[in-house]
Amino acid sequence: MNHSGAVIQLERLGKTYVVPEREAGLKAAVGSFFKRRNRQVKAVDEISFSVSAGEVVGFLGPNGAGKTTTLKMLSGLLYPSSGSASVLGFTPSRRDRDFLSQITLVMGQRQQLVWDIPALDSFELNRAVYRIPVEEFRRTRDEMVELLEMKDLVGKPVRNLSLGERMKAEIIGALLHRPKVLFLDEPTIGLDVTMQRRIRAFIAEYNQRHNATVLLTSHYMADVEALCKRVIVIHHGRLLFDGDLSRLVERFSPQKKIVVVLADTSVDLSAYGDVIHKEDDRITLRVTKADVPRVTVRLLSDLPVVDLVVEDPPVEDVIELVFSQTAEEMLP
Amino acid sequence: MRYMLDYYLTQMKTAIVVQFQYRVANYFYMIGMIAEPVIYLVVWSTVAESQGGSVGGYTAGDFAAYYIVWTLVRNMNIALTPYAWEFWIQRGQLSMELLRPVHPFHGQLAYFSGWKVVAIVMWLPIAAVLSIIFKPTLQPTLWEIAAFGVALWGGFLVRFVMLWLLGMITFWTTRVGAFFELYFTVELLFSGRLVPLSLMPVWAQHVADFLPFQWAFGFPIELLLGKLTPQQALYGLGMQAFWVLLGGLASALTWRFALRRFSAVGA
Repeated sequence: MNHSGAVIQLERLGKTYVVPEREAGLKAAVGSFFKRRNRQVKAVDEISFSVSAGEVVGFLGPNGAGKTTTLKMLSGLLYPSSGSASVLGFTPSRRDRDFLSQITLVMGQRQQLVWDIPALDSFELNRAVYRIPVEEFRRTRDEMVELLEMKDLVGKPVRNLSLGERMKAEIIGALLHRPKVLFLDEPTIGLDVTMQRRIRAFIAEYNQRHNATVLLTSHYMADVEALCKRVIVIHHGRLLFDGDLSRLVERFSPQKKIVVVLADTSVDLSAYGDVIHKEDDRITLRVTKADVPRVTVRLLSDLPVVDLVVEDPPVEDVIELVFSQTAEEMLP
Repeated sequence: MRYMLDYYLTQMKTAIVVQFQYRVANYFYMIGMIAEPVIYLVVWSTVAESQGGSVGGYTAGDFAAYYIVWTLVRNMNIALTPYAWEFWIQRGQLSMELLRPVHPFHGQLAYFSGWKVVAIVMWLPIAAVLSIIFKPTLQPTLWEIAAFGVALWGGFLVRFVMLWLLGMITFWTTRVGAFFELYFTVELLFSGRLVPLSLMPVWAQHVADFLPFQWAFGFPIELLLGKLTPQQALYGLGMQAFWVLLGGLASALTWRFALRRFSAVGA
């Protein structure tokens, strides 16, 4: 670990891909045979942050923002083009045995388990890979199988499992060696709500029990809200925000919602703010943050209010707002 | 060492379980592979008979033995081809292996070794049927059988290491098929796969001496057929060790640069 006590530390970490480029058509194809043109694409643009032991951090960004590239650099799969990274005191790109034995990377769309044989056989292989003592292996495996309710399924060939069952088996396989750092890339992608919830609960349990550090990417804000107090947002490879999830809403959402229930449903509220939803006696208004106190007082004094609630907009909406703006616009 | 042994045995066991799942496919694959040596066998047996019973010291019975043992050696020679490397990288499977604290070389070597156990077991009935049909002349001594056992696995190692080295070109270009076709043609000519090397022109035999191919293919077969003296057998085993070490060293050096090139495509 480094001097600041961070488990994960990035210093101006960057990754640039060289991408061959040509226009469509036969002429361009023939031309590129003689003269190739390449373009440099900055997938990750000098980002810096650190994560302490036991933290669960949401790593957010739209598709192509550089999240997966960052996770690949942190797990030793990719060499950075610039800057430096340190995980558990190791330089990931050196791929030390001790480093790889203490981390895991779970990718929602990739699998580590052998497709044709029962998950139990793959777990056994992981025991040998990570040199887990037999007794400890059995204890951990049985505990996780129990927690994720997989007892009747781990004996079936992986190809016969449903997507959700397979993901649960993948997670067990990835955590058998009790890694200290978890890189989770869309671990709940494509799963139904119940399965998502179960996996979330399992990750939370693992984090608490082992004080594991988790860096999680997900397009499901429910994952982030349930697991992460802190979020890091990147866009076009650049870091836009690093802080508490609640602060993200405060900072990037200039508006709030006022949900008001009235005794008289015929009243027109358009003079108080934008009416964004109306259902029976329940009306939702959108107003700027600065106007909230004034509008609230006016509503309470002018109208027969039965109930009134002031809400932040859903995190999904805030994130969408962040992503819809360019990196330059969002930078402080 | 104990951990590596445990890893190898577990990975081999995994391969055996997987390959037995596909026993029918494996059988059809092996049967399909028989067509090639049977054609060579029929041609050379006919040539031998037309030339008074033998060609270059090989009788029809010798050719039968050569090409029946050929089927086993051919199966033992199957390793991770560059085509599989392409697939391996594009499907993101290499990324998954790179996350593990074991070099993917060991993973694949152990897996293919397990597969070989299945191949040998499945080959036995095929060899029995071929022997009934073609009546091979095969009377190896004990030392030849023992040395063949070592040379068979040595040949596998030679080819495995060479293909590993070749497959790493995938890190620099995503299409390595063309390189492999060229390699495969040279290998076919100078390995003893097409014809026993002793029947090739002298210049071709000299060229073959500088290449690794015969040590992976023709050498184990000739050893079991009793065509080699103990000294020649020892020399052959030594050459296998030499090519494995050379290939292994070159692979280790190339791997360092290859990983820097790796862009984790598909994962």
